[in-house]
Amino acid sequence: MADGAPANRVDWARALRDAGFTALIAFGLFLPLIGFKTITDIRNNLILTTRWPLLFAIVAIVGGGRLAYSLVAEPWLKQRTLRPVAAAPSPWRAIVGKWFVPFAIGFVIAYPAIVIAATGFRGALKWIDNFGIQILIYVMLGWGLNIVVGLAGLLDLGYVAFYAVGAYSYALLAKSFGFSFWILLPLAGILSSFWGILLGFPVLRLRGDYLAIVTLAFGEMIRLILINWVDLTNGYAGISGIPRPTFFGIPFNADDNGFAAVFGLEFSPIYRTIFLYYLILALALLTAFVTVRLRRLPVGRAWEALREDETACRSLGINTTNTKLTAFAMGAMFAGFAGSFFAARQGFISPESFTFLESATILSIVVLGGMGSQIGVAIAAIVMIGGTEIMRDLDFLKQIFGPTFDPTQYRMLLFGFAMVLIMIWRPRGLISTREPSVFLKERKSISADLIGEGHG
Amino acid sequence: MEVFLQQLINGITLGSIYGLIAIGYTMVFGIIGMVNFAHGDVFMVSAFIALIAFLILTTWLGITSIALALFIVLIVAMVFTSLVNWVIERIAYRPLRGSFRLAPLISAIGMSIFLSNFVQVSQGPRNKPIPPMVQGEFVVMNGHGYAVTLSYKQLIIWGVTAVLLAAFWFLVAKTRLGRAQRACEQDQKMAALVGVNVDQTISMTFVIAAALAAVAGTMYLMYYGVVSFSDGFVPGVKAFTAAVLGGIGSLPGAVIGGLLIGLIETMWSAYFSIDYKDVAAFSVLAITLIFLPQGLFGRPDVEKV
Repeated sequence: MADGAPANRVDWARALRDAGFTALIAFGLFLPLIGFKTITDIRNNLILTTRWPLLFAIVAIVGGGRLAYSLVAEPWLKQRTLRPVAAAPSPWRAIVGKWFVPFAIGFVIAYPAIVIAATGFRGALKWIDNFGIQILIYVMLGWGLNIVVGLAGLLDLGYVAFYAVGAYSYALLAKSFGFSFWILLPLAGILSSFWGILLGFPVLRLRGDYLAIVTLAFGEMIRLILINWVDLTNGYAGISGIPRPTFFGIPFNADDNGFAAVFGLEFSPIYRTIFLYYLILALALLTAFVTVRLRRLPVGRAWEALREDETACRSLGINTTNTKLTAFAMGAMFAGFAGSFFAARQGFISPESFTFLESATILSIVVLGGMGSQIGVAIAAIVMIGGTEIMRDLDFLKQIFGPTFDPTQYRMLLFGFAMVLIMIWRPRGLISTREPSVFLKERKSISADLIGEGHG
Repeated sequence: MEVFLQQLINGITLGSIYGLIAIGYTMVFGIIGMVNFAHGDVFMVSAFIALIAFLILTTWLGITSIALALFIVLIVAMVFTSLVNWVIERIAYRPLRGSFRLAPLISAIGMSIFLSNFVQVSQGPRNKPIPPMVQGEFVVMNGHGYAVTLSYKQLIIWGVTAVLLAAFWFLVAKTRLGRAQRACEQDQKMAALVGVNVDQTISMTFVIAAALAAVAGTMYLMYYGVVSFSDGFVPGVKAFTAAVLGGIGSLPGAVIGGLLIGLIETMWSAYFSIDYKDVAAFSVLAITLIFLPQGLFGRPDVEKV
């Protein structure tokens, strides 16, 4: 700035020009799909209506947002980059880092009690079921996929297939042979990992995006087979009346030998929900525990070596075929556990629950959280799944936007947009440090940028 | 024989649509090495833009000449879809260029979810049927009581696809932009050093990809006469399958892959089972990749240590 102009002087002309240009683009972008709406009239013909006020409101918001960015955010960001980097990291960070995991585990164990204390039995059902169980299923799936993607570096876009195998194994075996949940849970895991090996075997030679697309194709094939093999799976209609899990033989019903009666409690559906909550919590923690331990075993180290450099890995005598297959099998096994839990919890499954969107959601949880970071995956699952669940009960928005406004419609819209924003904000995920399991002299966190992303 | 010929005609028509979408995948992959998962939804958005343009022309402006209406619809869809894809690249992909490999993939999946839900929210979840645009057909062959027909719609799809592919081939092979694209494909840094505007070239690649997807979208709307917000995913995956089958990064490969996928799908539906047609298409993909990992026309991937 040789001419003496201050570095953060606001350039009004440029800001206005940018805002006008952005508004113009927004106008072009939203003109066809917001400006016009196709509706079906009484005679079943498609006719057009216009929504000019909405279109101009959106254009004004976009243009105004760009103006505000140029005038406020940009100078602020510029100033921030000029500021010297803080010398030492704050001591709080270390304390939070040390106590975060024990605190989080304590919180999730106490969660049902906290919710019941806060909202009573009736209100707690929704909070434990929609938030607790739903999020924990995705945490578990995220941790399972983390083994394949985060540790072994194999990009799997068809993970939901193994979840489906687990769910259908439980549903079919429980309905046709009457086996109990506790026998079928490991069996579903074994069947899923068998499918993991079966589908993993042909794709061993593939790498990168080719691997991604073939796993996607396998995932879709399994879903299509579930839809079309009506004799076995009942097609689109799905399987209903799946036996629910029992409390070590005591069913959760209103009978005399039901859970409530045996323990001398008043019957309430919440006991089953709480039981399911602790069940999925135990399964998720098992996944995390097994992953942590496996990382220190030769097979876990081989996975991470494979991710860092496949060629070097092979030249050091590691059998890459077996390493890849164990990763697929392990990941699939946990998806199988989660799947059989899902079938037992819902009591009804259909192919609709196992679409590509599910695979994409699980993968995005893994990547958004920070590949390989278990805490990151859990946080991403809470943010993404909890966030979309909260969108279900924002009824107060109806008072602002009128009674026809339905916030649940915007759930997936915002979900997709949040995925884009989080990636732009933090391309390496929410948690940007990793804990290597092999270290020299002292254990310390390293930046996620130093971790390889795998070839496969 | 007659059935076979009829299925051949249907398969080539479907394959042309897949081929046009597949070019978008293969071009974007060639230049920035990223699977643009949102491309199938861009195709769906283009079909909606075409639907709205068609309704404006026929019900509001009262244009009766179908040829003129179709031409205008095609141009409008191409222009607006290009704008959409240009903005997507600016917002969702450019900030992640040079970042780690999975980031743009997740961003693209997010964009895909966003686009299909945006259309669902703004236009409603129901199917949108339109009255048939083009009617009538030729009888190509008549034997054994089975008439093999080639409808005018199919003929239009073949013609438009052929003309646009020729124009597109000219663009890539002979013009300055095409040379810049091929240079960026080989080495972006070196291309920048010799004066190629890399950002602009990549933007133009997305614009061309969207324009071809818009052609496919318009043809899809004309052929089937109905479109819904969820119509992006399956054609998108099949077109990507086609691009991989032909060898990703190869333009003739994308077209031939598209035709093959279209043919496999229609032949399988005709001779075996219509329920498992998608399974057949995906199996072909898996088998091709297992035995021929680079696709039909792809360059072998040389691994440097």
